[in-house]
Amino acid sequence: MRNTTIPEEEYMLPGHVACLGCGAALAMRYALKALGKKTIVSVPACCWAVIPGVYPYRTLEVPLLYTAFEVTGAAISGIREALEVLGQDDVTVMGWAGDGGTADIGIQALSGAMEREHNVIYVMYDNEAYMNTGVQRSGATPFGAWTTTTPVGKLRIYKKERKKPVAEMMVAQGVPYVATANIAYPEDLIRKLRKAKEMKGPKFIHIYATCPTGWRVPPNKTIEIAKLAVQTRVFPLYEVENGVYKINVKPKERVPVRDYLRMQGRFRHLTEEEVELIQKMVDEEWEKLLLKEEMTNRVRKE
Amino acid sequence: MKTMITGNEAAAWGARLARVKVVSAYPITPQTKVVEKIAEFIANGEMDARYIRVESEHSAMAACISAENTGVRTFTATSAHGLALMHEMLMWAAYARLPIVMAVINRAMAPPWSIWADHQDSMAQRDTGWIQIYSESNQEELDAVLMLYKICEDKDVLLPAMTMMDAFILSHTMEPVDIPDQKLVDDFLPELDLPHRLDINRPAGHGSLIMPEGPVMEYRKAMADAFAGVRDKILKVEEEFREIFGREYGGLVEEYRTEDADAIAVVSSTIASTSKEVVDRMRERGLKVGLARVRYFRPFPHRELREIAKKTDMLGVIDRSYTFGYGGALYAETKGVLYGHSDIPVKNYIMGIGGRDVTPEILEKVFMDMLKIAKDGAVDTEVEWVGLIGDERWSA
Repeated sequence: MRNTTIPEEEYMLPGHVACLGCGAALAMRYALKALGKKTIVSVPACCWAVIPGVYPYRTLEVPLLYTAFEVTGAAISGIREALEVLGQDDVTVMGWAGDGGTADIGIQALSGAMEREHNVIYVMYDNEAYMNTGVQRSGATPFGAWTTTTPVGKLRIYKKERKKPVAEMMVAQGVPYVATANIAYPEDLIRKLRKAKEMKGPKFIHIYATCPTGWRVPPNKTIEIAKLAVQTRVFPLYEVENGVYKINVKPKERVPVRDYLRMQGRFRHLTEEEVELIQKMVDEEWEKLLLKEEMTNRVRKE
Repeated sequence: MKTMITGNEAAAWGARLARVKVVSAYPITPQTKVVEKIAEFIANGEMDARYIRVESEHSAMAACISAENTGVRTFTATSAHGLALMHEMLMWAAYARLPIVMAVINRAMAPPWSIWADHQDSMAQRDTGWIQIYSESNQEELDAVLMLYKICEDKDVLLPAMTMMDAFILSHTMEPVDIPDQKLVDDFLPELDLPHRLDINRPAGHGSLIMPEGPVMEYRKAMADAFAGVRDKILKVEEEFREIFGREYGGLVEEYRTEDADAIAVVSSTIASTSKEVVDRMRERGLKVGLARVRYFRPFPHRELREIAKKTDMLGVIDRSYTFGYGGALYAETKGVLYGHSDIPVKNYIMGIGGRDVTPEILEKVFMDMLKIAKDGAVDTEVEWVGLIGDERWSA
């Protein structure tokens, strides 16, 4: 028998219609390996409304309820409560929405579902723009990025606002389990989803999912970029359990953000000064995260 | 058990007796007492249901949809802006063929803010694929909820339904209501058995992407066919209901003293109650007027209205809403189904907008106007607003 760190069971069949190198496709494959067959997934408008394939084909070996763009939180609330009525409390319910469907149009339904403490997992797979509709800016698009609605142009109109920190919003709301995960760290991703499955109550997981098409990178760089996102501390891997932070990966050396940005066409227009500005933002956020970890662990001990 | 309850309480009782399993609702005046009463039922252990106190009406309908799709009976209630906010999900519910039942307390849309009765809110939803019934009394409201679950959950139907009542006139007014025995309701209404429910043993995509050459048009046609069969289901279920509970409402259109009428008013909801009183008074004076109360607006009672048109010399259609650019919705559709079947004059009276009082005196003037048109054989004005401030013609 082989000794693998990733479960060999597959709940995502070949033949899906994602782009080459799609991080969101990998994310779902890993997530279902973690959750298993007794899972119901609900997906709003997003790339994953298309990836499973065109009727009558399907990619997933679990029931998939498609729903409207802004209602993932409400949809999983309804499934969960109905399952409780039917006595099927061993079935896991997972909402699976993109960053636009979560950070923007779906934030209200998400906030409501988490506040009501349904026993559900909400995953925001984050490809940092409205990718399904062709790379339009979302609230989760990072500072500095080109998108089709922030097209740089002669006036240098790129995304001038910081990325909306949805995971931090969920922590602030008191969601008992909040985690970030990344397709380049599948063991960590699977562990977090399994933990979410075992815990009762609302869970929120933010998964970094490279989008070669929208980020203007070659499809064979998907994992490399995702790894760099963690090593440069652009996208730290951490989990917050009952308000207590734990940073899962603390890069030993400080890999410059420049290495991450310069790999991607969406940041091509940035000047060295702008790259430095982003480095400062990343350093600041990382410092804050370290302090949050220290502070919340100290509070728990006291 | 006969008791005095409001229309809102009657709707809540309907949900309770139907053994609804998931309620997902958001408060809005004048619907609030529906969701409060259900909360009370659940808190007292009188109703065994999950109650999702959502953060908006849009989410209320979304959660009803997903819960119903999981295979349990759901219920919600709303009004006006709440209903408008649900619009997107109303189509979702219908296209997903989910037999959700919702109580709508008819209220005017803003601006300016008005919480009083008119039908603009539900008329604006007439193309969403929902069955629509307009109740005249609190008893009818309760009974409609029970009958609608039976109609909607029929395997040949599988469509959602909304039952309307006028804000305050019914929602907040007590009437004697016979609350049926739970055992009788259980015999009448079997448990939901949704054929296309989410099932981990039958993994499927519910609502996946479909190409123009996929059977998307066929789905819509199947839904249209299902709708075409609803009329007969309504009549069948009402007959069954009458046998068990001893009450009946006249099918899609209730006729009141239409025999040898010179003019018949086509109305819905509570204006019908006032109109019946006026009809009685006028009949006593030898004035031959009658009433057709449209209960179901969806499916539209085309056969019934064509038959009614044969019995009289003119129809006066009273709308409590207005479709800007033409006339009232009930009028427009009534005229539409009469085309090629009847040449009698049809006039539209727009009344009761924003809760404007529709009194017996003003209705009598409308009936007198109708009788004049019946005699003349032609309408003076196709669409007329009745009861405007300062309009001497219609003031009592």
